Formats: sequence, C-alpha cells, structure tokens
Amino acid sequence: MAIKINTPLTRDAARKLKAGDSCLISGVVYAARDAAHKRFCECIAANEPLPFDIEDSIIYFVGPTPAKPGEAIGSAGPTTSYRMDAYSPTLIKLGQTGMIGKGKRGPEVIEAMKKHGAVYFGAIGGCGALLSKCIKKAEVIAYEDLGAEAVRRLEVEDFPVVVVMDSHGNNFYETGPANYLAQNK
Amino acid sequence: MRTIEAIVITNTVKKLCVEANCYLGDDIKNRLTNAAANESWQQAKEILGHIIDNYQIAEQKGQPICQDTGVACVFLKIGQDVHVQGDITEAVNQGVRDGYRDGYLRKSVVADPLNRTNTGDNTPAMIYFDVVPGDQIEITVAPKGFGSENMSKIAMLRPSDGLEGVKEFVKQTVLAAGPNPCPPIVVGVGIGGTFDKAAYLAKKALLRPVDQPNGMPFYAQLEKELLEEINALGIGPQGFGGKTTALAVNIEHFPTHIAGLPVAVNINCHVTRHKTEVI
Repeated sequence: MAIKINTPLTRDAARKLKAGDSCLISGVVYAARDAAHKRFCECIAANEPLPFDIEDSIIYFVGPTPAKPGEAIGSAGPTTSYRMDAYSPTLIKLGQTGMIGKGKRGPEVIEAMKKHGAVYFGAIGGCGALLSKCIKKAEVIAYEDLGAEAVRRLEVEDFPVVVVMDSHGNNFYETGPANYLAQNK
Repeated sequence: MRTIEAIVITNTVKKLCVEANCYLGDDIKNRLTNAAANESWQQAKEILGHIIDNYQIAEQKGQPICQDTGVACVFLKIGQDVHVQGDITEAVNQGVRDGYRDGYLRKSVVADPLNRTNTGDNTPAMIYFDVVPGDQIEITVAPKGFGSENMSKIAMLRPSDGLEGVKEFVKQTVLAAGPNPCPPIVVGVGIGGTFDKAAYLAKKALLRPVDQPNGMPFYAQLEKELLEEINALGIGPQGFGGKTTALAVNIEHFPTHIAGLPVAVNINCHVTRHKTEVI
C-alpha cells in the first residue's frame, strides 16, 4: 500500500519514510532545476529571500513541456538529480525536506539529508505524459526568463513516487538490485 | 538534376520533430511489451506497465512522451543529383523552430555551453549530412534527451584489449550510468574509425530499429551477448532491480588504424525516438 503524503512535509514525517516505500504526494511542490537552483543559492549568498517558503518544502526537479490550451501543464517527468547536488545541501540546511527526481545523488547530499532530516523521492523517468495527469495546477512564480527552467508552483494529487534515499542513509538504488540479484542467482 | 525547394525540407523536419516526440516506434513498443511479460520482479513489472501506459497516453493526446524533447539530431542523406533551392541548414533549423513551437515541445538548447542562455526555439539542430547516389533526400529526426546523453562515454582502447576489452567497456559504462539514464535503455555502440567517427557511429546505431540486428553475423552475435550480459547486471527498470536494464544493444563498426581500437557508447533511454521520411 502506498503511503499518502500531504505537503508541507515536516522533518518528523520525512524521518519516518524508508527507502523503498511507495508514496502518493498531494499538495504543493515546487518545480525547479539547474538554472533555478543556481539562482536560489545566489539569493541565499546575497541574503535575499527565496521565491517560496523553503521550510518543509518539496522541490520537484522538472522542466515541463509547454501546456497546450486548456491543460494545466505539458509533459512533466523528473530530470536527473545529480546536477542539483551542488545546491541541494544548502537548501536542505534551510529546511527543505523533500526532493523528487531520478538517478543517483552524491555523498554531500546524503550527509545533509541524514543531518537535517530530508528524503529523496524517485519518480519514473521518461513518463512525463503519465505524471502530468497528477498535476492539477501550475503557475510560474519566479525566473520566467528561464523558460522551461522557471520556478513553478505545482498543485499535485496522488503523485506517485518511491523513496530512493531516506534520512537514515538507506539507498534503494543499492538495496533494490541487490535484493533482486540475491533472489535470482 | 532534381530541384527541391528548401520549404519542403522545413515542413518535413517540422512534422518529424512532432511525430518523433509524441509517437513511439513499434520496435520499442514491442520490446517493452515483451519485457513487461517476462519480468518476474514485481516492482520492475509495475514500472514497465507505467512506461507502457505513458506512451499510450502520449499517443492518444498527441503529447510528448517525455518532457525532455531533446536536442533535435537531424540526419540528411542527400542524393548527389539533387539541387536544393535555398539554404539547407537554415531550412532544417526553421523546421525545428516550427515543430518545437507548434508541437508544444520543450526548448532545451542554450546558445553557449558556458554562458548558458536559452535560444528559445530549440535551435540550432545537430545536423549530419551524408551524400548518397540518387535524386532524393532522406531525413531522419532523432530528438536526443540528455539524461541518457550525459551517461555516454568513449575510449581509445589498445588493439590487444580486443573483443573482451570492448565488452568490458560497454558493460562498465552501463553499470556506471546505473539509474541515471532512465533504464530500460537502448545502448548504441560505435567501434572503429577515429575518435569522432566512433562517437558518430554510436549515435547512428541508435537510429537502427531494435528488431534489426547488425547485418554481419559476428556483430549480431556480439549485440545479443552484450544485451544478455547487461541484463544480468540486475539494475532493472529505473534502477530498482530486475532483468530489464536494456531493451537492445545496437552496434555499428568501421575500419580503423593499425594502432587503435576506438569504442564509443551512446546511451538512450526507453524513449528512443526517431522518425524518417524520404522527399
């Protein structure tokens, strides 16, 4: 059974999630990828406010295709997360509790997740049409000049993810294939 | 000498950009269906089911299969008896511009690799020209996503590394990529030529339908062996474990220098897209 998560995601709630858990996220998540993350960290360095409240927030690493008339959003699957490794620890330290993406993360991110209580979710890469059905509303809230990379406030309903890395250092990218190989020798 | 107006190239490229991004080829669909039926690992089976649902939704709605609608790789085989009325390169780029705008595709190209400003229209395309006999032009559009492109590698092996060296390099590249390129993947391998030629061959290998083995039995056998060995790694769909890490391995090869054994691996995700038309 999938675990239902309603945003905001508190640190206590994030700490309870375990690698391998299937979850359905409802509420608000923020879409941001490479260029927006760079600007977030420039804001922080300059003591300027971020475009949204980072406390207990979930950031979805996504750059959607343009919405067709009458649609909330275009295709919107996850992008590869390691490109955000340079920026995520700074945001986690400030209170970000969730990240949605796909692919491996570096040790600096894993350490920050353990120290502050954050979780890394994986959404299915290459399923942007399917996942867009769970996004009910999308609004650009910052950096419109970045086009596909602008920051968007997304309202999601039962958005399907798997906990890939939890706040205790467990990694489903290691345990998943290892369990499969152990049972299929 | 046959004359073809540049606008015909533009309109063809436009159409192919949209079709390639929204409609997955039957070869990949069949591989996904078979993989879903053959997976014994429950989570892998479910993920493959979602991947199949996804391309069906995209097809029904005329929506991009993946939000990374790629950089437009455009391959032109130009008959030597064709005269194009107009600028061919500009005609292709105009087709990309039109297709990405009208098809609601994502614009993912930055004008400069270091000063990263989006060009806003997904141009320039990566254009590959080939001159062939005849009076036609064959155009293939292959949108290339970068989640998988970033996991690609090239090596200048020693001739003494031989077949085993090539196999090991391909497998290590797939293993190092792990979950990043959205497995199940399609693996394009280029062997021989020069440094750049090997990379080109690897990219070209991804254009061959996955149900068409290499024409030479030796390389067809190598494709089969590599696919089996990659799928024994256990990475599985999305890297969560399973037997479906790759849907296919396609190899292209070319003569090379007595001192060299170049090998390039160009990785593609399960959204392996390309559409071709002859004008």
